[in-house]
Parts: sequence; structure tokens; C-alpha cells
Amino acid sequence: MTYLAKPKLFRPDTPKNALGYTRRDYEGAISTLCAGCGHDSISAAIVQACFDLDVEPHRVAKLSGIGCSSKTPDYFLGNSHGFNSVHGRMPSVLTGAALANRDLIYLGVSGDGDSASIGIGQFAHAMRRGVNMTYIVENNGVYGLTKGQFSATADKGSKNKRGVVNSDSPIDLVALALQLGASYVARSFSGDKEQLIPLIKGALRHRGPSFIDVVSPCVTFNNHAGSTKSYDYVREHNDAVNRLDVILPRNEISTSYAPGSLRRIVQHDGSVLHLRKLAKDYDPTDRIGAMNHLQERHALGEVVTGLLYVDSSADDMHRHLNTVEKPLNQLGDAYLCPGNKALEGLNASLR
Amino acid sequence: MKPTDIGAPDYFHKVVDCQWACPAHTPVPDYIRLIAAGRYSDAYMINWRSNVFPGILGRVCDRPCEPACRRGRVDKEPVAICRLKRVAADFKDDILDRLPPIPARKNGKRIACVGAGPASLTVARDLTAIGYHVTVFDNGKTPGGMMRSQIPKFRLPDSVIDEECDYIVSRGVETRLERWVSSLRDLLAEDWDAIFVGTGAPRGRDADIPGRQEAAANIHIGIDWLANVAFGHVTSIAKRVIVLGGGNTAMDCCRSARRLGGAEVKVVVRSGFEEMKASAWEKEDAMEEGIPIHNFLVPKEFTHVDGKLTGVSFEKVRAEYDDKGRRSLLPTGEPILLMECDTVLVAIGQENSFPWIERDIGVEFDKWGMPVLDQATLQSTLPKVFFGGDAALGPKNIITAVAQGHDAAISIDLFCRHKHLLDDRPSPLANLVSQKMGIHEWSYDNQVSEESRKKVPSKNLDKALRNIKLELELGYDLRMAYAEAERCLNCDIETIFTNKACIECDACVDICPTECITFTANGEENELRGRLKAPAKNHDQALYVADGLKTGRAMVKDENVCLHCGMCAERCPTGAWDMQKFFLKIPHAGTEVRKE
Repeated sequence: MTYLAKPKLFRPDTPKNALGYTRRDYEGAISTLCAGCGHDSISAAIVQACFDLDVEPHRVAKLSGIGCSSKTPDYFLGNSHGFNSVHGRMPSVLTGAALANRDLIYLGVSGDGDSASIGIGQFAHAMRRGVNMTYIVENNGVYGLTKGQFSATADKGSKNKRGVVNSDSPIDLVALALQLGASYVARSFSGDKEQLIPLIKGALRHRGPSFIDVVSPCVTFNNHAGSTKSYDYVREHNDAVNRLDVILPRNEISTSYAPGSLRRIVQHDGSVLHLRKLAKDYDPTDRIGAMNHLQERHALGEVVTGLLYVDSSADDMHRHLNTVEKPLNQLGDAYLCPGNKALEGLNASLR
Repeated sequence: MKPTDIGAPDYFHKVVDCQWACPAHTPVPDYIRLIAAGRYSDAYMINWRSNVFPGILGRVCDRPCEPACRRGRVDKEPVAICRLKRVAADFKDDILDRLPPIPARKNGKRIACVGAGPASLTVARDLTAIGYHVTVFDNGKTPGGMMRSQIPKFRLPDSVIDEECDYIVSRGVETRLERWVSSLRDLLAEDWDAIFVGTGAPRGRDADIPGRQEAAANIHIGIDWLANVAFGHVTSIAKRVIVLGGGNTAMDCCRSARRLGGAEVKVVVRSGFEEMKASAWEKEDAMEEGIPIHNFLVPKEFTHVDGKLTGVSFEKVRAEYDDKGRRSLLPTGEPILLMECDTVLVAIGQENSFPWIERDIGVEFDKWGMPVLDQATLQSTLPKVFFGGDAALGPKNIITAVAQGHDAAISIDLFCRHKHLLDDRPSPLANLVSQKMGIHEWSYDNQVSEESRKKVPSKNLDKALRNIKLELELGYDLRMAYAEAERCLNCDIETIFTNKACIECDACVDICPTECITFTANGEENELRGRLKAPAKNHDQALYVADGLKTGRAMVKDENVCLHCGMCAERCPTGAWDMQKFFLKIPHAGTEVRKE
């Protein structure tokens, strides 16, 4: 079985972004996941989002743990920094990296096993601390690498491939993220890139912890009748609260909407989130309301998607800790070792 | 848009751009794969069936396939299809035992072919194979027609023409050579069952400007001069030569003149360089031999002293286009330009000429002196007389003559069996066969080569310019042939979509290297083309549309720059995409009409 690399022949009218890169420049190695895996669609959405945002590849750090989902950073942004951590420990490695160099864009990619089982403590504390990152969970409800056991996000009552019914209660990572202080929370579906790409773009431009739970069907172990994470189930029960467009400061706004149907949210960097309402009376800035809506719809078997909550004035960990502006590696010896006199002064101030 | 009917034989035929562009519809990717596999004789026979003269066409074909080649749209240059054909001819084994058997029992029908060029020989080959007795008439000593008399030997050696004509004339075809047919009436009186006219376009157009008569000794008609060179009647030329005209004949004239002692040869054309009729590669070859091409110059007069040509004067013009895009050449008002020379070759076009066909025997001619023909059957107004090649619809090229030969042979066969020439005409047979061998395994080499086009090696130019019979090009060696063959994108291995199996996971969309595939709401074609993942701007290329998906969207694939790499099928979890080989069997004379 061979995996051919994509040929480097381009169509003549291949578009380039403001940096002169093509979409293909944001790709990585060829995927070795199962054919049809939802994770590959998420990788493609990340590629598209970074292309659209003119992200400089060397300014991105992508971090992951262990699992099918955590393999994917090899398959996108081949020219960015990467770190494949111990199982479930991606959030703490990312936190450390973010503390050391605040200039990079941090993209954490994890799965339901990596984040909701072995790494749930790490997940919770990264959210609490307000790390400035985009945290994507590729959620398929099964442990694919170990042949399809239920994961902690599998719905109670859903069936596995052999017909066994899951009796454990599910962990809803979106609900946890909302409760623990994430300031940009969304859910999407790997089979709906029109929704997913803008959500990733908005998250990358958000300051503070952004969390996106992407339901990503496992074609090999969790795409059958009785599963609540299959292509068919999610398509039938997808209950989107809104549709997002991310408008960058340089873009002209040309679309017009009926009054009351559009919500504009300006982020700290000037990018504008255009939210077209789909659910009546849904307010994406109301955290308590979002949590209630989520619970109500989940009880009905619906999968709530869209930008569920955003706090555009949120602070992040650096602000909380009052850290130095410059990345540590740029501070220089003189600044880091201010000399005997400064030490004496410091000691004197403590006496 | 309506879902695409992939059952229609034309749909996938058009996707195989080279085959669609070839007048004889040669299955190009099929023989290129055989060359890559080292099966040169098999590759040769595929060509032989379709285009009859692979060795000849592999050197001098007008290659309409190459400008059409999909590779040219995603890479700098198309696949060197023509020269790969030569590889098949150069490296084949003895193929005599592969030629179809000639029936020992004839069907009793006698066919006369006038002219022994590519069209006539194609008719003769197709009809002798199914039991006809064919007699070919030609005034030359050897068969080959214009292929032998017009094309310089340094491009096409006699040995190649001999070999490929021999595959036809030595196998049951009666030849009456050195026999000039001077009257169609007399020929009709000989009671043939059908007569095929393949006499080409034998008359070169003349430049009727002042001084033509006075300096006639130093002014030659291009095609006549080329024939004299081909048969050894002319072996030298003066030092300074001007070739008038911008077609492929002009290129052959100037390059021949260069080899016969013309130290200062130049080509002068009325039109702009870009609009010249000559193929781009023939212009390049001429320029590489040190022959300049001067454009936008209209010849006004041949200057002469004492009956000896001294030069040609030209008026400088520029091109202007009217609303309908018609070009007119207007004088720029610059002074007349005089170019000195000793000899002029006039290669400004060819005309048909049928002095031997009486106008009162039932064969009608139009006001341009061309026979009135049914375009599909090539039958003239006298039912038993058929035309083909340059004689039929005006000067074109060898491959068109071959294609018309095939068509005329079908018509003659139907005519002799008292069938209807249109209603009973056999249609092509199309077939699709899956190429899947296993997971990520296909029976074709689906890895796309990223190599650039290989330049055909040639002999040392100084040496080549000293001997007009020395073939300039050496042809590819096997290593180069393999590398060039691997550049072929296998456009005949088609992407087949089964809507019922699709789960809309987007894997194909994500993997496609050229972003051909989109799942979106269906719509009207022009609007749909604009909102695909990569807008489909090439309207000559079809959109493959399939509906019946669970979400109600349509699968839309832009065929334009599909690399046929099979990645969509490799990444498809349900086998909704498959790579299937499209094979089109073009009918030849004797193919029966399928009964529905």
C-alpha cells in the first residue's frame, strides 16, 4: 500500500493570497488516516482558513497529543512549528510555549480521547487559565486507533459498530469550555466546511482561549445506524444557531442583511464577526443562555452548532499574569541578567 | 444542470483531448502506456490500426493532439505525442505476422483508387482486409504520394515510407504505377464497382506580380521544387534564396534550400509571425538552422536584369481587424523594401485541380472548383465516385487524409453491399473497465510525473546541413522515451462517480490536487461554473454533474485540469469514485451496425 504525494502540477489560475502563497503551500504531508476520515476535512478547513487569513506559516505553532486526531498536524501547515506531546498533555505544553513566546499563533489539535479522557484535567486548566490559543477537538466518539471502543464523548444510548449500547454519560466539552472560561466557543461538523472554515478563522483572530468542538465521523468505526456521530445522524440533527462570516479590517463589507438578522461583533484586532441568526433569540454573548440552549437541544437529540459564545473583550493569560511583552528568546542577556546592582536593589526592597 | 450522461460515447471521448483532436481518433494514452511498458510492437499496432502510417506520422504529423493535450494546461508543454509514436515505430519488432490476414476468397468487388497517397492507401488497406480487390493508380514510380514528393528526406527518409506503404501494397493490393489517369470517363468505362479519388492538391499557387515572367528561370513553385529535390532532379540552389509564404511547405522549402547550398536563406511572409500557418515547431526548426523569418511584408515585384532575378521588393504592412475579427493588411507607408536574392521559392498555398475529371459525367463541382460531396460519407454526386484527402475538402494534412480514407472505405463498403451510407453506418464502440487492483493500487501508473518535456536529440547541425538526405532527428532513446511517456496524464482513465455510494465526506474534494471537485447546490451552467471550488473558466471542457445525493447537493467535477491521478478514488471510503479505462473503438470498413 503506497501513499502517493500530491503532484506539484497546478491549475494555471491557482489563486494566491496576499503573501503570494497558494493554498497548497499550507498543506502538509499526505494523510495516512482512513479514507473518508472527517479529520482530513478538518485539516483541509485549517489549510483554507490560514490561506484566507494570509497567515505566515512560520508564525504558527501546532501542538497535539496522541490519537488519530493528534496525527493530523503532520497533514497541514507543513512549514509551521509543531510539537507532538504525550497523550493528553498537549494543553500544558502549549501553555508553556505560549508563556515563552507570545508572538506565535497557537493551534492545539486534540481528540475526544486525548482531551475528554486522559487529558481532561489538562483541558480544564488550560481553559481556566485563559491561554491565548485555538483549541480544536476532532470529536468522533470512539477510540479509532484501538479499534473503536466508546470514548468519553459518546452519547448514552448510542450503539457501537457491533450493536453494543453505551451506558455511560457523555462529557460535553463545549459545556465544559463554557463553564471554565473559554471566551470563544463553537461547535461544527467536519462535513460542513462552509460553517467550519469561518469558525476557525474567527478563532485564530480571537484573543483568549478559543475552543471548537468539531464532530468528525469515524468512517471505520462510528459511521453506522445507531451512532450519534455519523455523517447521516449529524446531518439530520444539525441545529445551527448562526452562520459566521469573518471580515478582516482590509476587506470591504459589501453584503447587506435585513435589519435584526445580523449581529456584528468587533474583535480586539479589528476583525469583525458577522453572525447571521438562524435560531430565534439566540444571543452568542450570553454565556448562561448558551449553556441552557445547549442542554435543552441536547436533551432532544439535536447537535447544536455555530458560534455559541464569544466575549470579544476577553483578556488572556499574559494579561492575568502581567508578563513581559517580548518573547523570552528576544530579551537578551542584559535584560535577563541586569547585574549585581539590580540584584542588590531587589534584595534591599525585600528587607 | 442536468446530470451528465456518461453513457454517451462522446462524453469521455472529449475528456481524452488528444484522441478527440486526432482526426483518426488514435487512442493516444493507450499506446503511450504501452511504450512506457516497453511493448513497442503493441503500441505500433494500436497506431497502425488507427492512423496507418505510425512511422511516417511519428516524424511529420501536424499533431493536432499536442495543442489539445491536457498536460499543456497544467505544465509548460504538452506530452511529445508525435515523437512517442516514432518510438513505437523505431523499436518495434517484425510486425508482419500481426497484420490482419487478407481473405483468400475475394468478394468479387473491384475498387479503383486514383493516387497512391495516404488517403488512397488507407482505403486500399481497409478494403483489401475485408475481401475487396483494390487497384491503386499513380503516376509515380513508388507509392506514397505527397508524403514522398513533398516532405524533405531529412525529415522523412524513404525507407520509412517504403516500409509502411509496403505493409499495404505488398498484401493483396494491385498497383498500377507510372500510370497517369487522364480521364475519369475512361476509368468509369472500365466498370469498377466504386472509384476513390485521392489525388491530393497538386497545384502550387503562383505569385502573380510584375517580373514573374521575365525572371521565371529563377523563380520556382515550392511544391514542384520540393518534388524535384525529392526525386533528385534538383541538387543545388543559388546562394541567396527568398522563400515566399508562411506555411509548412515554406518551412520545408527554406530548410531544403539551406542544405542545397543556400547560404543566405530567408522566409518572408505577408502576415504577422504569430498568424503564420506553419506549426510552431516547424518555425522553430527553421530558425534553429539560421533562417530568419521576416513578417508583414507583401511582395510587390520581382526585380531582374537581363532575364536574371536580382531581388524582390516588398511593401511593409500592418494588420487591422474589423468588428467581425476579419483581418486586412494595410500599407504602413514606409518606403518599399528591396531584398536582393538569386532565387525565389513561392510557397503561398496549394490548390486542387481536377483537369482529368470531365464535367459532364455526373460529378458536380462547386464554384471554387471543388467536388460537391456529402461531408459525412465523402460520396460525390456520381454515386460510385468517392473523394478523400486533400482532393476532398482542400489541403489539410496526412492524418486528416487517413481519417477520410477510413470514412470513404466505410462508405464504399456500404455502397457495394447496397446499404444506406448514413443509416447503416457503424457507430463507435465505447467501453469502461475499472482499473482497481487493490487498496491504492491501480493497473495504470497513477503517480504523475513532474518532469518537463524531453527535447528530441538530433544530429550535429553542421553535418546535417551538408547532406539533404541525412535525417536530422535521432528520435528518443528508450530512457528518454520512458520519461516522456510517463508525462502522459492517462486522460483515458476516467473518474466514474456513483451517487448512491457517496456519503459526502468531502475526502475527494480535500485531496484533489487541482481542486476539480465541488459538492454544491445545482444550478444553471454558467452560474455554477463561477461558484465551484476553483471556478471553471474553460468552457470547452465539460462539467461532470451527478445528483441524487442525500443532502440534495450535486457533485460537480470540472474535467478541465483533472490529472487523472486517481487520488479521489483512493481517498473515497465507499468506492463512490472509481477509475475506469475508457476505450473507444472507431469502426472501420466491415464493422457491422450493432442491433439494439
